[in-house]
Amino acid sequence: MKVGIGTKAGPARTLSRPLFDENPIAQQILGVCSALAVTRTLAASLTMSIALVCVLTASNAAISAIRHLIPRSIRLVVQITIIASLVIVADQVLQAYAYGMSRELSVFVGLIITNCIVLGRAEGYAMHNGVWSSTLDGLGNGLGYSLVLVLVGSTRELLGAGTLLGRKVFAVASEGGWFEPIGLMRMPPSAFFVIGFLIWALRSWKTEQVEEQASAPLPTAEGGR
Amino acid sequence: MSEPTGARQEGALRTLAVAASVCFVCSVLVSATVQLLRPRQEANRERERERQIMAIVARQPALAHMFATLEEVDVRARIVELATGLYADWIDPLEFDVRRAERDPAQSVELPPERDLARIGRRANLATVYEVWRGERLELVILPVSGTGYAAMIRGYLAVAPDGNTVVGLVFYEHGETPGLGGDIEEPYWIDQWEGKKLRDEEGRILIGVSMDELDPTAPEAAYMVDGITGATRTSDAVTNLLRFWVGADGFESYLRRIGS
Repeated sequence: MKVGIGTKAGPARTLSRPLFDENPIAQQILGVCSALAVTRTLAASLTMSIALVCVLTASNAAISAIRHLIPRSIRLVVQITIIASLVIVADQVLQAYAYGMSRELSVFVGLIITNCIVLGRAEGYAMHNGVWSSTLDGLGNGLGYSLVLVLVGSTRELLGAGTLLGRKVFAVASEGGWFEPIGLMRMPPSAFFVIGFLIWALRSWKTEQVEEQASAPLPTAEGGR
Repeated sequence: MSEPTGARQEGALRTLAVAASVCFVCSVLVSATVQLLRPRQEANRERERERQIMAIVARQPALAHMFATLEEVDVRARIVELATGLYADWIDPLEFDVRRAERDPAQSVELPPERDLARIGRRANLATVYEVWRGERLELVILPVSGTGYAAMIRGYLAVAPDGNTVVGLVFYEHGETPGLGGDIEEPYWIDQWEGKKLRDEEGRILIGVSMDELDPTAPEAAYMVDGITGATRTSDAVTNLLRFWVGADGFESYLRRIGS
């Protein structure tokens, strides 16, 4: 890996690095649980992305702002408390302003608390960096997560229902069209395949992301991660 | 940019102070948000409940017709005291949670087995009913009904005409009956039979129910009974019992008499 986590970089790099070079889902394989669960439709993926971006940006900023005050012994508890509060706020806002969507996402908004990306960035970045670059780092990682979610969500909705954001894209066979929706795409496991292909594509493009093989490579090691 | 974090600033007092202030700030943030957004969320929940009722009710062809003119009808949720049949308007229908009330000894009664036809164990003192009004005229009342089925609780809504005795429709939105057998209680072919059935005869005896035998459409009981589902005796019995319980003295009897008169 050329760039380590938390090394010095300009603001633009801090923001853009998590999109492709250190994408939290595709490179660090974090936050995959929610990426499987909420990507059945593009609308749900977008809502979840917005919620995560807000929580992650705010939690990174808040934790960075008080990083000198947090005693080491309770730092994880403090981080989780802050993250949990922000997640509750995000959940409440969704319940008030996007009720249908919050019902669809059900527990997964609340589960942002346990999303490894949030705590990972708090502990790995915000505890050691200034407020401004931590905010950018949170935003960047949130967008990196969102990028994958939106790609997976679009793929699944398009192939699973022939629609995008609920609007018809392909003429579905049941309504006399040519497109036969793929039922599997509506189930969570399909997100595994889509994310797998995404990682494969990303690592074929940016070959430096491929980990060095400790032993003789297995034939399926590259595509199946 | 990286610098050592508070490693030197340990000490129990300091740790406690930081923990307390973080908790304080966070709880203020959370409480303020909850307080601020509550009215909007409650409005959303009420709309959702209304939408669900509409969706459930609209599955009935007779009702779908009525709800096709949605702007003209007005669905009002009311809390009813089952013992008297009177409205308990001091309770906000939004706040009332019947499943919680069922478990709370202060808000429910334990039913002795011989009266507990629906096998629900405890019954809340209050219930939410939905009244459908068109202008000043009551068109329909929708009553929640529930009872133990073959495998799990069956929950649904019974729609009764304003005479308090004619079924307009019956739908179940929650059950664990066997798919293809008892599960047919949610199928249109079966639930459509309920339309027009009477709850009681002239003497006030409750006769509504599911027939276990082949039902002769000309027989007098055909006014009260529907055909059972073959192979689902337990489910059919459960539906009969839960209906008889909820229109009976421990159910909505007083309320139905009141609106009917």
